[in-house]
Amino acid sequence: MTAIQRILCRVSVASLLTLIPAGQQAMAGRLTVHEFTLTNGLKVLLVEEPKAPVVTVQIWYKVGSRNEVMGRAGLSHMLEHMMFKGTPKYGKGVFSKIIETADKLELALEMEADRMKGLLLDEKEFKLEREVVKEERRLRVEDVPMAYLVEQMNAQAFMVHPYHWPIIGWFSDLDAMTREDLKAYYETHYVPNNATLVIVGDVKPETALPLIKTYFEGIPQGSPPPPPSIVEPEQKGERRIVVKRDAQLPFLYFGYKVPNFKSSDVHALAVLENILSTGKSARLYDALVYRKKLALQVGAGYNELAADPELFTFYATVKPAVRIAAVERAVLAEIDRLKKEPPTDHELQKAKNQVEARYLFEQDSVFRQAMLLGTAETVGAGWQYVADYVDKLRGITKEDVHRVAKKYLNEDTRTVGILIPLPSRSDRADAMGGAR
Amino acid sequence: MIRAALLIAALVCDGVLSGASHAAEIKPTRVVTENGMTVLIVDQPFLPIVTVNVLVKAGAVYDPDAKAGLSNMVAEMLDEGTKTRSATQIAEQIEFLGGELAAEGGEDSATARLRILRKDADIGFTLLADILMNPKFDPKEVARVRDELVGSLQSEKDEPSIIATKAFNELVFKGHPYRRPANGDEKTVTKLSRQDLVEFHDKFYRPNRAIMAIVGDLREAEALALVKKHFGGWTPQELPLPAFPAPEPLPKPTLKLIDKDLTQATLVLGHVGIDRRNPDFYAVAVMNYILGGGGFSSRLVRRIRDEQGLAYDVGSVFEANVMPGSFAVHVQTRNAAANQVLASVFQELKRIRTEPVGDQELADAKAYLIGSFPLRLDTTAKLASLLNLVELHGLGLSYFDEYPKAIAAVTKEDVLRVAQKYLNPDHYALVVVAKLAEAKIDANVVSTTK
Repeated sequence: MTAIQRILCRVSVASLLTLIPAGQQAMAGRLTVHEFTLTNGLKVLLVEEPKAPVVTVQIWYKVGSRNEVMGRAGLSHMLEHMMFKGTPKYGKGVFSKIIETADKLELALEMEADRMKGLLLDEKEFKLEREVVKEERRLRVEDVPMAYLVEQMNAQAFMVHPYHWPIIGWFSDLDAMTREDLKAYYETHYVPNNATLVIVGDVKPETALPLIKTYFEGIPQGSPPPPPSIVEPEQKGERRIVVKRDAQLPFLYFGYKVPNFKSSDVHALAVLENILSTGKSARLYDALVYRKKLALQVGAGYNELAADPELFTFYATVKPAVRIAAVERAVLAEIDRLKKEPPTDHELQKAKNQVEARYLFEQDSVFRQAMLLGTAETVGAGWQYVADYVDKLRGITKEDVHRVAKKYLNEDTRTVGILIPLPSRSDRADAMGGAR
Repeated sequence: MIRAALLIAALVCDGVLSGASHAAEIKPTRVVTENGMTVLIVDQPFLPIVTVNVLVKAGAVYDPDAKAGLSNMVAEMLDEGTKTRSATQIAEQIEFLGGELAAEGGEDSATARLRILRKDADIGFTLLADILMNPKFDPKEVARVRDELVGSLQSEKDEPSIIATKAFNELVFKGHPYRRPANGDEKTVTKLSRQDLVEFHDKFYRPNRAIMAIVGDLREAEALALVKKHFGGWTPQELPLPAFPAPEPLPKPTLKLIDKDLTQATLVLGHVGIDRRNPDFYAVAVMNYILGGGGFSSRLVRRIRDEQGLAYDVGSVFEANVMPGSFAVHVQTRNAAANQVLASVFQELKRIRTEPVGDQELADAKAYLIGSFPLRLDTTAKLASLLNLVELHGLGLSYFDEYPKAIAAVTKEDVLRVAQKYLNPDHYALVVVAKLAEAKIDANVVSTTK
């Protein structure tokens, strides 16, 4: 993983509880998922994967930035931190400690069930943890020029929808947050009928299900949480944001409005992303890093497994002494090329081979497998989306890729973020020239 | 290796559990080929995939001072063209199959990694052997990659933890190759020539310096046939190796302040630690888990994060390398809290050196290290990396059975003894990267630590 991918990841994967997971998805074929729903509405997904003596247990709650309101950005993430601060049964610190020493499925289930209903949310602990979250924000955003730009760009791309604000929240919202905010949020969203329990590993459904029932069935169903209703209005014209700050190299990050999993165009968009961005033979690396020598790193990203539509993004770190405008032109040239003519048969086949191989590689890790299923289920795509993915992708044609490039990668829905380093006068002049 | 424990802590917190009782099931086969390459094989037929890691004893420790970054650049150049394939052809061939092929440098060694579907194993081995044995170092590609490496060195100056670690290593490894960053610096990398790369490769990339780990859907005989077919022609060559003098100990606590416009102070504090073959490794692993290695439950985390809300990330690491690596405490806190955090770090270092740890603390640490061991082996990639290290450090194939036993045998007395032996309150370096006007580091904190 490159430094840039790490930063982009950091920004979006700050919490398992959010609805904006990072990474690419690929699975299909012989995936066997056992699905159960308890009487209180808790959904259970279980995959038997006996290849190693390990099992991953994840509970996904359908709540994230998307459910927050203006002035309380970061509430979901803050609550995730508080989930480790104890219940009447298991005090502060025990969740971290016990989980680290657990070697039994039953204990993990018991503890997850325990914190689904009786979280302490102690006032003193909350105030300390708020300071920890502010340190996390300083560490991951404030002192990281590229991450800072990514945050600013998202705020520009989404004006109305809560994707406007970062998962970790703004400082002033964190300061304004109260224990009562957290308590109300917890009681509304942390109910069994708003959650999915995902278990993948060396476990049999007939042993796990009775245990799951023992610990979770007694938790009362809650009222269905109110569905967020905010819709981002159509963007009518390119938006640009410039950040000037202490940094070494210019950085370009831009994105187009694209649909999420609900659209039939998603698989063509995924192939498009692959052709542009997967590996050194992909178009962006080949053009910008290898042939034109303009960028240190370049890539594209598309995450269709988001509850509401996100962006199809592009990033590039500019090589020393290169103008950022030249880099932007070169990325746009690659986009235009795909709008002018379809990819080659060879490129299409390569993208499909890559997706199929990745599907198998991902199964190597029970944790990754559970993450994928949990994400798909939580954002509303359903785990079947994962199971059907490779088959759907096999059906994509060159013309499909060409069509979606023309349909979505258009200037009027583009938001461009540019980082201009300010260490010295000469760098400043260069980058400013590039920004014009 | 102890660093690995920290990573596992993060994973386990995400909810991966393991059954320790199965840990003993890893039974690698070890073969030394006719041309001297050590091959370790674990047949795992669960998925039709194959992971191959080739570790070559060709790390940054062998770089001449004036050519720091040479070994790293050689590793970076491996997949940038061979005598019969261009950089573009290599990328195209492996990526068309959905496979992955990459190489990276390191302190003690460089590693080339292959991940491929079983059906494509032959072409995967072909490419892996080609990049290891026949890199071309085409002048055009050399110039491009050198520019990229210099560019990324510049980019690293945006990362406070890298700035701090580089300054820290320079202080604690005086007179020793570990003081240099494996990727060199802008001055030395700029001057690296094609000739330097060719010579380094010819000298160090030899089968008798290579350890190959093959994990996945290949029977032993299949794996060995592939090794013979593709690596049989690699010529061994003995190489007299330089002896490295021990780093000069710091005469007194040494403080280095670096001013940067940041909201947080990054602190790195420590000194030289242990090598991986040190018999106290396991006691140190337990001690460090309790002090600062133990994910969310270490003393440093409790004290600085949980009780004072002063940091998101705080921990301590022993880099147990071929030669003694560093012991370091790492923490980031808002500038104004730097002195308060430092005081807490010193108190915890003193406490673990003067008081025996609690029974429960010891039991928890051992239970975690033993219980999480299978999580270090649960993917083909993780297992291949660990196999490379087991062989590099000469730990023996019984390692997979021995590790839990060695941890279980650690006592409270051992923990106290190794804390006193390997944590040194008189000879440490402290690096602070911060907005110094706000951090106002109190030199007294440093000089009155005993």
